[in-house]
Amino acid sequence: MCADRDEWGSRMLPAQFDYIAAASVEEAIAAKAEGGDETRFLAGGQSLLPMMKLRFATPSKLVDINRIAGLDAIRSHNGHLHVGALVRHADIAASGAVSGAVASAAPWISDPLVRNLGTLCGSVAHCDPEGDWNSVLLATGAEVVAQGPSGRRAIDIGDFVQDFFTNSLAEDEMVVAVHIPVPSGRSGGSYQKLERKVGDYATVGVAAHLELAADGTISAAGVAMTSVAPINRKATEAEALLVGNAPSAELFAEAGAAAAAAADPRDDVRGSARWKRQVVAAFTGRALAAAAEQAQG
Amino acid sequence: MTDTTTTPPEIGGIGHSVKRVEDARLIEGQGNFLDDIALPGMLHMALVRSPVAHARINGIDTEAATAVDGVLAVVTGELMDQHGLAWMPTLSGDTQAVLATDKVRYQGQEVAAVIATDPYAAADGAELVDVDYEMLDAITTPQQSLADGAELIRDEKEDQTDNLAYTWETGDEAATEAAFAAADRVVSLTTHYPRSHPAPLETCGIVADVNSVTGQATIYMTSQAPHAHRTLFALVAGLPEQNIRIVSPDIGGGFGNKVPIYPGYVVATAASLLIGQPVKWVETRTGNLISTGFGRDYYMTGELALTNDGRIQAMRVDMLSDQGAFYSDAQPTRYRAGLFHVCTGSYDFPHAHIKCRGAFTNKAPGGVAYRCSFRITEASYLIERLMQTAADELGIDPAELRLRNFIQPEQFPYETATGFVYDSGDYPTALRKALDAAGYEELRAEQAAAREEGRLVGIGIAHFTEAVGAGPAHTYDIAGLKMIDSAELRVHPTGKAILKLGVKTQGQGHETTFAQIVAEETGIPATDIKVIHGDTDDTPYGLGTYASRSTPVGGAATAMVARKIADKARHIAAHLLEAAPEDIERTADKFHVAGSPDQAVSIQDAAFAAYTNLPEGMEYGLEDVTYYNPPNLTFPYGSYVVVVDVDPDTGVWKVRRMVALDDCGVRINPMIVEGQIHGGLTEGFAMSSMQWITFDDDGNCIGSNFMDYLIPTAWETPRFELLETVTPSPHHPIGAKGIGESATVGSPAAFVNAVVDALAHLGVRNIDMPVLPDRVWEAIDTATA
Repeated sequence: MCADRDEWGSRMLPAQFDYIAAASVEEAIAAKAEGGDETRFLAGGQSLLPMMKLRFATPSKLVDINRIAGLDAIRSHNGHLHVGALVRHADIAASGAVSGAVASAAPWISDPLVRNLGTLCGSVAHCDPEGDWNSVLLATGAEVVAQGPSGRRAIDIGDFVQDFFTNSLAEDEMVVAVHIPVPSGRSGGSYQKLERKVGDYATVGVAAHLELAADGTISAAGVAMTSVAPINRKATEAEALLVGNAPSAELFAEAGAAAAAAADPRDDVRGSARWKRQVVAAFTGRALAAAAEQAQG
Repeated sequence: MTDTTTTPPEIGGIGHSVKRVEDARLIEGQGNFLDDIALPGMLHMALVRSPVAHARINGIDTEAATAVDGVLAVVTGELMDQHGLAWMPTLSGDTQAVLATDKVRYQGQEVAAVIATDPYAAADGAELVDVDYEMLDAITTPQQSLADGAELIRDEKEDQTDNLAYTWETGDEAATEAAFAAADRVVSLTTHYPRSHPAPLETCGIVADVNSVTGQATIYMTSQAPHAHRTLFALVAGLPEQNIRIVSPDIGGGFGNKVPIYPGYVVATAASLLIGQPVKWVETRTGNLISTGFGRDYYMTGELALTNDGRIQAMRVDMLSDQGAFYSDAQPTRYRAGLFHVCTGSYDFPHAHIKCRGAFTNKAPGGVAYRCSFRITEASYLIERLMQTAADELGIDPAELRLRNFIQPEQFPYETATGFVYDSGDYPTALRKALDAAGYEELRAEQAAAREEGRLVGIGIAHFTEAVGAGPAHTYDIAGLKMIDSAELRVHPTGKAILKLGVKTQGQGHETTFAQIVAEETGIPATDIKVIHGDTDDTPYGLGTYASRSTPVGGAATAMVARKIADKARHIAAHLLEAAPEDIERTADKFHVAGSPDQAVSIQDAAFAAYTNLPEGMEYGLEDVTYYNPPNLTFPYGSYVVVVDVDPDTGVWKVRRMVALDDCGVRINPMIVEGQIHGGLTEGFAMSSMQWITFDDDGNCIGSNFMDYLIPTAWETPRFELLETVTPSPHHPIGAKGIGESATVGSPAAFVNAVVDALAHLGVRNIDMPVLPDRVWEAIDTATA
């Protein structure tokens, strides 16, 4: 008698697919190249598997990278935080090596179950405009490290995020790490997120990153927004307003208004576009105030 | 907590917080849910559902689906029609399509079913069924539906010339109008109680096993009402009732969702009958959310006629319900909008007139009582929101306004303006106790100070009265079946017992609670009593578990049958003690001769004698069955106080305090009662803050999975502070009233009243549920513009 497949949970019924577990990055890339665009990498699977369950995604092959050694490290190197492709959100939340907006955002990623399996690199590559990490990366000026058959290259996050669910990877490239700058001087960062409940995507998210000069004025600023545009969007006018000025409630309110103007939200089941702009303004102000307080430490 | 125990802990009768006996197996993975059932040769079914809300079906091509390896059959409406099963009756006297033959009328409607040897093949086949849809405009609100020129949704019904599903009214219109004409003040509120969904953790499912030789149909089914379902299967499918056995195994939550008979059940049963093999169908999460019984979706305008000092003279209500494509509310036959007419609430006034209409729309049918006794949730919400409106309009404190209008303790039994006879209550004591616990005076002072600083603090009150435990046979039936219930008690020779129930747990803890009732009445320790329910071949008839009726009806039957057993045991004890039966008294666990406590026998001794040593002329055995026809409903009530802080910049509101006083009469297992209250408050919080099933203009359901249909986690859920008073029901054998639904019924108004109260000084009078932050911010922005 054949085993009853029900024992394995009959309610997750994806379409048929092939599966291989790669032992190295090279093997994974080769498998991806061979399978073409219907092949997907599987890291944490926290976005891919639900879509497969609903048959919104029907990849012909999954290349599981979870058994590749060496991709699960978080370390500081040359003024950057290196986050490997298998670093889970929960690892980041628990890490002593992270600070600023990264540390602020980590506990806000989805729920504990997703954080235990989902990866930062997977989330970054997914380019879901409702994903939190790309705002943090845009605000801090991070780089994505991709590896293909001809080696590795670093891609500025602004160039990496192309469009709605679209990144700039070549078909045979895989994200192996993200490098996030860690300023040597006084800096701070914050991520403010409004979610309907734990595990929900952001209704509105704002990441802020500030660096202070010796005289206390702002020497560098990053502000980026989640869920209020077709992609995670940098609020460049708000950033420009901040640089060169001393932190103040008035300045931050002005930056909030500029960020709200740069947002392009939609009316949806989470709320009206008008209100979302208001939340962007309020959260930008709060994120900047928290960042400044941290920098002034 | 009030101690009502009369038995020692080792007996574990009423009032003991006995740990739930069902938990060990459920926690350790030893439960037996529908999807755990696997029969030899069992096939699997997947449903093909309509992706669109309204369309004509021009054809269904099943060729590609049939060609999938493992697919045995594709069932369409045409095939069902050949067996007279393309349509089925609903619980409200309408008809509903089993598999669509002419049109699809809502997104998610069942169009075809694929039967295969495994669930993957069934799902693959379902993807390949090609349906030719000719699109029609979708009607997504009852207002559109009833507008002139609206397309007829139910064009298959003879004599149906519009989209009206029903009309119903009650109360004295003339007296009500006169009272309004003479009133000092009239206060009005128009609000929508949005569509929600019970969303039980376990979706619906069936394993239908029809034996083609014997004709025996064994139906494993997620059923809150197995006996009623057996009878309905017999009546609808024409199967002989003795050959139908419904087995409702462990159920992962019902909340009303598992009361109706769904098309999937009918198709799987028909498929098993035709193929001659067992067929399993387990609904997907999306299937559950988009097609099965929803809750609410009432558009309500309520008005109160008041004197200047806030005395209510009359109430007038105009309600329009969105029924979806079929009128299939699970509700008592004589009431077309459930028990919505309990909307006069906890207040003493002579006149009311309630007018109800329902409309068909291109949305899923259902209208189940989602954790609610037949639309009482909507009723309670309306009156309690109206009380807040009246308080704000008249400038009277909302607590004071309620105290001025409460039905007083000495007025019970109290007949309301719409004909309910409330059994018992002490509303002023309950409200004052809840207010004191919350620190109401201090909170009002803090609120005033906060407003000076630009902070927004709100204090919301709701005092609800429920009508549960349907119900007396002279008034209450569903589809012609009277709403009585039963219990059968067998005491074995060693004094261990089996209790068999007509009601059926879905997590409420019947196996614990009902044993405690028997323990109280007989002295048999609760741990010696096994409770059996859910299998129609093995339990006496009853209408099932919903509408908070298990304890009021099934619990009463249990107490009554236990009393019969105790009385027989007393006669046996008299025989053993060589005394006259009238001289025998019962203590918690012994029968003894009056005045001689040492001359005693235990219930266990009496049980053994029942099979071995009987008085002359007495029949052997110690078992009996009772059918209970309740003389009235029971009327639990409660006073809830919620404190919120509102962020004026974003509209986000947080619950700071939630004080919940419940009076459900005698509490059989206080721990289980508190668990029920916690669950109900959480659901009330969910509906008020985040949870709704909404649709876009094309009739696409927004809320078809748990990413969009939100269930709060422990993180969002406020901390609850529980209080109680105990006012027994005078007509219930053990004074219990039922608690399963009180908190869901009572709490939404308390949460919404709190947010509205925070903004009341700005002139805000209403924000519809769910009270999303954008609605709050828009209300502030509009009021301060």
